[in-house]
Amino acid sequence: MMFQKKTNVLALTMLVIIVLATITAQWWLPVSPSEIDPEQRLSAPSVDHWFGTDDFGRDVFARTVVAAQVSLAVGVLVAVFATLIGTVLGLVSGYFRKVDFVLMRIIDGFLAFPALLLALALVAALGGSLVNIIIALTLAFFPVMARVVRSAVLQVKNESYVEAARTTGAGHGVVIGRYVLPNVLSPIIVQTTFIFAKAILAEAALSFLGVGVDPSTPTWGSMLQEAQIYLTLAPWYSIFPGLAIVITVLALNLLGDGLRDAFDPHNIKRKRKVKTKAA
Amino acid sequence: MLTYIIRRLLSVIPVMFVVSIIVFMIVHLTPGNPAFLILGEDSSPEAIADLEEQLGLNEPLYVQFFTWLSQVVTGDLGTSVYSEQAVTDLIFANFGPTFSLMALSMILLLSIAIPTAIAIVALRKTVLDPIFTSVSLFGVSIPDFWLAILLVLGFGVALPVFPVAGYIPLAEGFGGWLYHLLLPSFVLAIVEVGIIARMLRDSMLESVNQDYTKTARAKGIRERDVLVGHVFPNALIPTTTVLGATVAGLLGGTVIIETLFTIPGIGQLLIDSIHRRDYPVVQGVVLFIAAIYVLVNLLVDLLYTFLDPRIRYD
Repeated sequence: MMFQKKTNVLALTMLVIIVLATITAQWWLPVSPSEIDPEQRLSAPSVDHWFGTDDFGRDVFARTVVAAQVSLAVGVLVAVFATLIGTVLGLVSGYFRKVDFVLMRIIDGFLAFPALLLALALVAALGGSLVNIIIALTLAFFPVMARVVRSAVLQVKNESYVEAARTTGAGHGVVIGRYVLPNVLSPIIVQTTFIFAKAILAEAALSFLGVGVDPSTPTWGSMLQEAQIYLTLAPWYSIFPGLAIVITVLALNLLGDGLRDAFDPHNIKRKRKVKTKAA
Repeated sequence: MLTYIIRRLLSVIPVMFVVSIIVFMIVHLTPGNPAFLILGEDSSPEAIADLEEQLGLNEPLYVQFFTWLSQVVTGDLGTSVYSEQAVTDLIFANFGPTFSLMALSMILLLSIAIPTAIAIVALRKTVLDPIFTSVSLFGVSIPDFWLAILLVLGFGVALPVFPVAGYIPLAEGFGGWLYHLLLPSFVLAIVEVGIIARMLRDSMLESVNQDYTKTARAKGIRERDVLVGHVFPNALIPTTTVLGATVAGLLGGTVIIETLFTIPGIGQLLIDSIHRRDYPVVQGVVLFIAAIYVLVNLLVDLLYTFLDPRIRYD
């Protein structure tokens, strides 16, 4: 059902291309991202250097592609970990009333920080490395997931099929795993996509502020930070890494939006109605 | 009504307690000894021992936490290791620019989002509506700092009409204050415009075909007045709930935008303190921002109850 809309297909195609191009970068990139050419410092985009060169004469196109590896890895891992932690906490909190109060106060405490600020403070404390960035962003984004899952569980919990399962003597684990979880999957998937997008934006912001990944690995954020110094000299250097962020995040947001519409029961009902009328 | 307000006010306590644990843990998460980190690698063991004593690092963690918390509750956030000023003084000295930036962004945000949403709903049957939906998604996909760089490139470098750095306090003249803040607050606002306008549009579309709007149209009221007078006020209520999240977005955004435009606010203070390893200030600023956010959410919730009496008995 999600392939009915052109934008969903477009978003998915964009993502597949971005991911494949990034993973296979080392085999098809014409220029090495770390090759220094002092004579070509800050040169404008040309046939040899599509996106121009940076202050060391390195190819900005190659660096933008390689930087995607870090951004996508951070995005995927944060999305996965935040989803796992958030889903477990949300299921437990929504299903067991006794722990709900305590768990939700803790979640509320985490939600009291703007996500970027919490990540920033945690990275400042832990130190800027890839692992610490992933930990910090996971802690910044899991509370939203926990909230979403909890409210979905609260709706599903009182459905008759859950009660039926319980009266037949199924244990809590079975009820949650077999009856509750499958019915709250759609908001989880939608939210995972949005966390993926937000994590990429947040990682870029952290690197831009200089508290991100070790500066020797290019990331979109750290490239933009360097580029900012040469804004008047080499404006193109500031434009392309930013465009890369926008395109990737836009594809993810389009996909998340499309998935939300596809899963929305109102939309499904509406389509069915139209079909019966036509028949 | 009163019991709801009291309950809502009391719910702030556990949240702020958890917040303070998280903020307290920031320093204790640092690998190695905080005293060692603050003083640097070539400090003498005596100096480290002195600072450990001063910071109470020899006590068990929970004792340290409650000592720290009892000071925080009385408004004492400690002293900066870097400038030796009280953290609260530093925060209040830097809050003016941040508040100005946020207030102006909020005004810009609402004055762009509201007319946009009304216009889109008025033109909902045209091609403009799907275009708007895509553009609003585009808005949330742009990193604010990159948009800031583009605007600096456009209005500071190519067409130098706006200053790209600095801040002039309101006390020194409204014109200069506004002139220096317009570009940064526009960046902050525009990132959130998409979300608010979309939210307004969605809830306006829900009431566009309700009975009361049909009645209004049947009375012969012009479509424009139906939208502004009947549909829009009802759409405002659900939108107030996202205002809290918007403030969070603005608070997070100010950190980057202040650094970019060299505005001496608490965001800049935070980043500088992180680079100086001035942990008492980092803790203080983070706690302060979280407290503001909790307070804003409280006000939004109370406002919501006031606007929509149905949720009072939830």
